Amino acid sequence: MATAFTINGTTASVEAGPDTPLLWVVREHLKLTGTKFGCGSGLCGACTVHVDGKAVRSCQTNLSEVAGKKVTTIEGLSPNSSHPLQKAWINEQVPQCGYCQSGQIMQAAELLAKNKKPSREQIVAHMDGNICRCGTYPRIVRAIERAAREG
Amino acid sequence: MNEQMKNLEVSRRSFVKSASGLTFAFALSGTLLGRVSEAFAAEGAKLNAWVTIGHDDSITILCPTSEMGQGVLTALPLILAEELDADWSKVKCEFAPGNPRLYGGQHKMFPGAQVTLASVSVPAYYMPLRRAGAQARKVLLDNAAEQWKVPVAELTTDKSKVVHAKSKRSMSYGEIAKFAKIPAELPTIADGDLKPQKAFKLIGRNDIKRVDVPSKVNGTAKYGIDVQIPGMVYASLLHAPMDGVKVESVNSDDVKKMKDVTHVLTLPFGVAVVANTVEASRAARMALRVKWDTSAAKAAPFNSELAKQEYAAKAKDPNAEVKDVFKTGDADTALAGAKKVLEAAYWSEHTYHAQMEPMNAVAKVSEDGTSAEIWVGTQVQPLASAVVAGVLKTTPDKIKIHLQLLGGGFGRRIWPDAPVQAAVLSNIVKKPVKLLLTREDDLAAARPRPMTYHVMKAGLDDKNNLVSWHHRLVAENVDAVAAPPRFQATGGRDYIGWVGMSQDFYKIPNLKADAIREQRGMRVHAWRGIGAGYNKFVSESFLDEVALARGVDPLDYRLELTKDHPRAQAVIKAVAEMAQWKRKRPGRALGIAFSDYHDTLTAGIAEVSVNKATGKIKVHDYWIAVDPGLVIQPENAQAQIESAIVYGLSGALSEELSMKDGAVQQSNFNDYHVLRMSDMPELHIKIIVSDNPPTGMGEVGIPTVAPAIGNAVAQLTGKRLRHLPMSPDRVKKALA
Repeated sequence: MATAFTINGTTASVEAGPDTPLLWVVREHLKLTGTKFGCGSGLCGACTVHVDGKAVRSCQTNLSEVAGKKVTTIEGLSPNSSHPLQKAWINEQVPQCGYCQSGQIMQAAELLAKNKKPSREQIVAHMDGNICRCGTYPRIVRAIERAAREG
Repeated sequence: MNEQMKNLEVSRRSFVKSASGLTFAFALSGTLLGRVSEAFAAEGAKLNAWVTIGHDDSITILCPTSEMGQGVLTALPLILAEELDADWSKVKCEFAPGNPRLYGGQHKMFPGAQVTLASVSVPAYYMPLRRAGAQARKVLLDNAAEQWKVPVAELTTDKSKVVHAKSKRSMSYGEIAKFAKIPAELPTIADGDLKPQKAFKLIGRNDIKRVDVPSKVNGTAKYGIDVQIPGMVYASLLHAPMDGVKVESVNSDDVKKMKDVTHVLTLPFGVAVVANTVEASRAARMALRVKWDTSAAKAAPFNSELAKQEYAAKAKDPNAEVKDVFKTGDADTALAGAKKVLEAAYWSEHTYHAQMEPMNAVAKVSEDGTSAEIWVGTQVQPLASAVVAGVLKTTPDKIKIHLQLLGGGFGRRIWPDAPVQAAVLSNIVKKPVKLLLTREDDLAAARPRPMTYHVMKAGLDDKNNLVSWHHRLVAENVDAVAAPPRFQATGGRDYIGWVGMSQDFYKIPNLKADAIREQRGMRVHAWRGIGAGYNKFVSESFLDEVALARGVDPLDYRLELTKDHPRAQAVIKAVAEMAQWKRKRPGRALGIAFSDYHDTLTAGIAEVSVNKATGKIKVHDYWIAVDPGLVIQPENAQAQIESAIVYGLSGALSEELSMKDGAVQQSNFNDYHVLRMSDMPELHIKIIVSDNPPTGMGEVGIPTVAPAIGNAVAQLTGKRLRHLPMSPDRVKKALA
């Protein structure tokens, strides 16, 4: 059966079981591979996307839960990498292997959308569920602070 | 074949002919606006070379090693571009195919190998890529000189242009590419033909950013897991818990009935399921119920806890075979004659790489099973093609590797498990297969850093001087599993596992390091920082024990022991100043450690406090001074050190794989704890740049972290932590 929802501003209709994790719908059905699989259990944050503006773990979100909703992935965060976080991520040279960074940026984007000037503590509390095995944490913090500052 | 093609063909042949001597070639053609190998595919000739210049002034430079976060895709082409005098803004960086004969490096430990490990990319390719760049520049100069009929000595280059100042003429490299002839014998480059370092325009610059970063902030970077090819089916795997098991029973009939599932396959590495959709493959994997027959598995009796007594007994067993690792003077005699002997035993547990991208590969095996294409992120392309070829009973040239970005390597992607498994599956189902492990199976399939046991002995004379040092290691040998040919060739020396046991920078008159091999059937492997991770924890902690026994300051003691080595002294002094070593911190303490891992000198200081109720160590600040010789990209070097410190902290404080009945007990990030943002200390890094040749950078932040923390805890509490990881339970026990 098909499930319809909005993905990065366009309508999508996907033929998959209602309990299919959104992660696989996005990656393999819609071929938007910027969203990454890390743990499959909501423990690492690599698969973070927005559903109606809220950051969710797409590996823990079923297709049926997004019917009629707006899903945004890293590919839809901005045209031309122009989101303040993406610019800051480049300026601070955050990524190393880069694998977790889509999830990091989507998680951070939710924070800045509701809190324009987060404190260091608020940043850490909001980002603590996202693992970066390359240890780019100090640069992630700096990039979020830069994005908050420069907009 | 046109003239230019013929020239290139000649150049290719002459190159191949002299490949053993002249390892680096240069090709240039206006007709080639992309990868050399692809452009020539239509002609059936494959040209291997480092650099291609297009009519449009684009310069394509090939990177011989894999990009797993360490920045080689920028740093290595930058080295060539420096000597070429290239306009960096016109350079495109692409991966070279796996071909050690053309793209092998020149590292003393891995001569001729094309490998991405052990922090060797920059040291292995620094000189070869400079020569390749200089050679390319020379060909351009010769062509311009001939065109203008001027002596080549009157020409200079700058930013992709050849300039004749006398006649005020200049030509871009792209313009030269339109008429250039490549000599059959490429010019040889002597060291004197290379730029003096002070003339560098690209190397050492802070404003040159990594070329892969923009693609890593918008989702366009492609990793192995992102590959999709037409006709592809999906596979998942219930990975065998250890080598050598057999399937006693599996609920294949039930699983095969599941929607979209096409195969349930019992294989030596586990039970695989193949399905038409990724979600069906994962659902089928979760539905598998397998009973293993472990009777023939060597690892089956292994239990991390129970084995400890046996390791400890083996260290003292007079019949155990002991291999010398390092020796200077006569440590035994000196120890026997010592006034006072210190002895301590140390442990480290198995650790897991926890690379964020679970193991995966896409394989497309030909109908007849004798050739294959593999899409994968691997640290060693030639090893992947060789091992896959072995499994398919064909030759490595029949295996084409399409190298992708790696979502973390750290040693896990050296051995090509996923390419082999995907190839086997594709060969069975006769379709392209995308194999993707679950995180749980990635853990079950772990190739861990070995569990290690150490006995340390130090002898002090009547004046309290350290006269004898003995480091004994008991562990499984990594080389035996990860590099069997080298292990055999060296008569059983474990290069990977023994790194960090010698004390090249400390003046101790009688020194001995030796090792006893355990064989437990674990798939032990290289883990970022290899042996130095545990060996430096042990030796740098024990050195502090010696310093405290002598009643001397641990920092002063290290300065005393390194007095013949000014570069070592410099990093120790630098970090002491950064951390204000002598300043007391209420409720906190500092600990120091020094490392010479892979010729890069580091000294680190940790500031810690300990929650005595929970046993949790808090690292507040970490300072490190690093001397890696010449630095190619300072900002990225800084990032690599940050990264390795975090990896080191994680390993020091929380990472532990426990084994029971030969199998990994942890299943995901809920019970295998890696460092998160809230655990981060403030990092303070100083890189001491020098004219010395560049040494390793990707791992050097690791070795000092654990001993600096342990030494700080000892200063604070008077209790010595001798077991990695220094997890809360273990700390609580030590403090009780």
